[in-house]
Amino acid sequence: MNSTLKTLPDHNGFFVPAVPGGHPSGRRCRDVKNFSRKFLGGSPGDGHGTQLNRGYGGRYVAETLMPLIGEIEAAYDDARADPAFQARLHELQRDYVGRATPLYFAERLTEHFGGAQIYLKREDLNHTGAHKINNALGQALLAQRMGRQRLIAETGAGMHGVAVATVAARLGLGCVVYMGATDIERQQPNVQRMRLLGAEIVPVHSGTATLKDAMNEALRDWVANVDDTFYIIGTVAGPAPYPRMVRDFQAVIGVETREQLLATQGRLPDTLVACVGGGSNAMGLFHAFLDDAAVTLVGVEAAGEGLESGRHAASLNGGEPGILHGNRTYLLQDGDGQIRDAHSISAGLDYPGVGPEHAYLHDSGRASYVAVTDDEALEAVGLCCRLEGILPALESAHALYHAGQLAAAQGPDQVIVVCLSGRGDKDMDTITRHLMPEEAQA
Amino acid sequence: MSAPSLTTEMSKTDTPNPVSPNADSRLARRFAALKAADRAALVTYVMAGDPDPSASRDLLARLPAAGADIIELGMLFSDPMADGVAIQRAGQRALANGQTLALTLEMVRDFRQRDDDTPIVLMGYLNPLQRFGEDRFLQAAAEAGVDGLILVDLPPEHGAAMTARARDLGLARIPLVAPTTPPGRLPALLAQGDGFVYRIAFNGVTGSRRLDIAAELDSALDALKRQSPLPVAVGFGVRDGGTAAAIARIADAVVVGSALVERLAAAGVDAALELTRELAESIQGARRGES
Ligand SMILES: Cc1ncc(COP(=O)(O)O)c(C=O)c1O
Repeated sequence: MNSTLKTLPDHNGFFVPAVPGGHPSGRRCRDVKNFSRKFLGGSPGDGHGTQLNRGYGGRYVAETLMPLIGEIEAAYDDARADPAFQARLHELQRDYVGRATPLYFAERLTEHFGGAQIYLKREDLNHTGAHKINNALGQALLAQRMGRQRLIAETGAGMHGVAVATVAARLGLGCVVYMGATDIERQQPNVQRMRLLGAEIVPVHSGTATLKDAMNEALRDWVANVDDTFYIIGTVAGPAPYPRMVRDFQAVIGVETREQLLATQGRLPDTLVACVGGGSNAMGLFHAFLDDAAVTLVGVEAAGEGLESGRHAASLNGGEPGILHGNRTYLLQDGDGQIRDAHSISAGLDYPGVGPEHAYLHDSGRASYVAVTDDEALEAVGLCCRLEGILPALESAHALYHAGQLAAAQGPDQVIVVCLSGRGDKDMDTITRHLMPEEAQA
Repeated sequence: MSAPSLTTEMSKTDTPNPVSPNADSRLARRFAALKAADRAALVTYVMAGDPDPSASRDLLARLPAAGADIIELGMLFSDPMADGVAIQRAGQRALANGQTLALTLEMVRDFRQRDDDTPIVLMGYLNPLQRFGEDRFLQAAAEAGVDGLILVDLPPEHGAAMTARARDLGLARIPLVAPTTPPGRLPALLAQGDGFVYRIAFNGVTGSRRLDIAAELDSALDALKRQSPLPVAVGFGVRDGGTAAAIARIADAVVVGSALVERLAAAGVDAALELTRELAESIQGARRGES
């Protein structure tokens, strides 16, 4: 694997700098002392230090799952170091997923904004249409290696569900996908696709019937079926080692981007931009560049109807640290610590948490996080279709919108890479309703 | 350059001194009395604030007279990963009717005015406690007259500091032990445990199925007993007097949750108390060869 895997979880699964006392390189990370207290020691005012407040990540799950998750960690570390496993992964990435994906110079978008050069990392061209399959394939191979016959997954937009159903079919494993009843309604094509691939779809009605509830339900299934089941979490969240494992499987995005840009332009990008739901496509793009202090990393959260409206999914911009789904991270929550509903026009960003490594990069200042509204994302969809002939997923359109704003403010010597995490076919209903209401009525 | 495994590292780093300041706690006294009477404890789980604050207070006040030896009081959380539908819905009802952690602590304080003997154990998830303030919560719980805590999503790997502070305040940290728990993990779990050990009867969420008493459970309890002087409670899936009695013969305590919560939802406080009485009678008869 590449040698720049620097931000590692410590022995308790918390994200801390790889060099003790060190900190990730980054322009905005100056307060080293404060940084190491926050991430390596206890919390201020607490004499003996509390594990609960020492960082982001961890493994906060019910006892029934603890031993199992420990097994997954051991199996993963073993597989990661096994050349045969890596070879099989690479072969399937190439021949089945279609990697490497192109790094495409978006000439007309660049012209339109009249500033920085905009490149698109085309994860939408992967088999099944999004970056999700990078992770689904890796974890499914691990499940197979561990002798697990049944895969379960949660899904929001359905892209992760489709990716898991797809690799389950390919590897001959059973597959059950948990999906919120609300999301089933707004992502019908993906639901039908998963069924066609042989997966069982379980509608989740509990809570708010969206992604977080699907994740609760998948965890409940797992607790009841520990013997034969492997839970493929779809983003860089969940109990350790998931955030690290999913990041590693997605890191191919940034590794390729780096090679491609060096090969064609002989340089590194100035800025990377990716949308952040749980944060897997963003971590995938960022990871290979974490140690390149000159590369600015920007994550784009969903501002929904606006941060001030309260109807958004921006955990880093509008949330506070807490514990959900096995890890400590930024969460949308009320004053009593109850999790609040997230809102975004894109089902894939509609999650009230964010991967713990992003929480860490946010606090350290190594990456910055902005938020883009539903309407702005829709505008970017229209623009990308008309200027580039590419229909982006609503999720990815959040990143595109912000990249456009940045490009317009920068000079032509600057290079921005946007992760085009998925294609927008699944969103046609929503897009038509908003951008072409007359068509939707017809 | 992979990180060392969490499971292998934890026992070294996070195990506090296994001293129990709770020898004369309400929990210890209650278990001693039950032991003298050769009877298992009935532990009843109810969600604080379910279905509404006043009915919940009424139920709490009357549970001991109906036969509850220990009361487990649920602290609601919007995302209870380890609970089945019955308890999820109980939490939603309580939330909809305005229950908060502060009100739950107040309920305990009021209960203690009239009953200074029945142990109360709070059960829940970490996030609401953290939001309330961990230290503030522990202090308030101890002052209100809470005896112990069951924290579903706080494994010993992350729990050492909290356990130490809870102990200082005389609050027992009741460890959950699962069928999946390998023998090698038990010492770390037990080192942070006081009050009693909660043995989860099967792999699954609360209330998800009816428990079959299998020989495995019997031998698992024996193994636990050999490693810990603490009483052992068994819970998850106890729905009727027959199952309760069967457990009462092999364990020190029987936990009933979902069945009670369902009865409360379907038929109200009096019906829930009626079920409590039935279960208490079955448990009382269990070791005398009745069933
Ligand atoms: C196309 C696409 N992009 C982004 C996301 C958000 O997930 P993450 O932040 O983990 O990349 C999703 C999730 O469903 C998605 O389908």
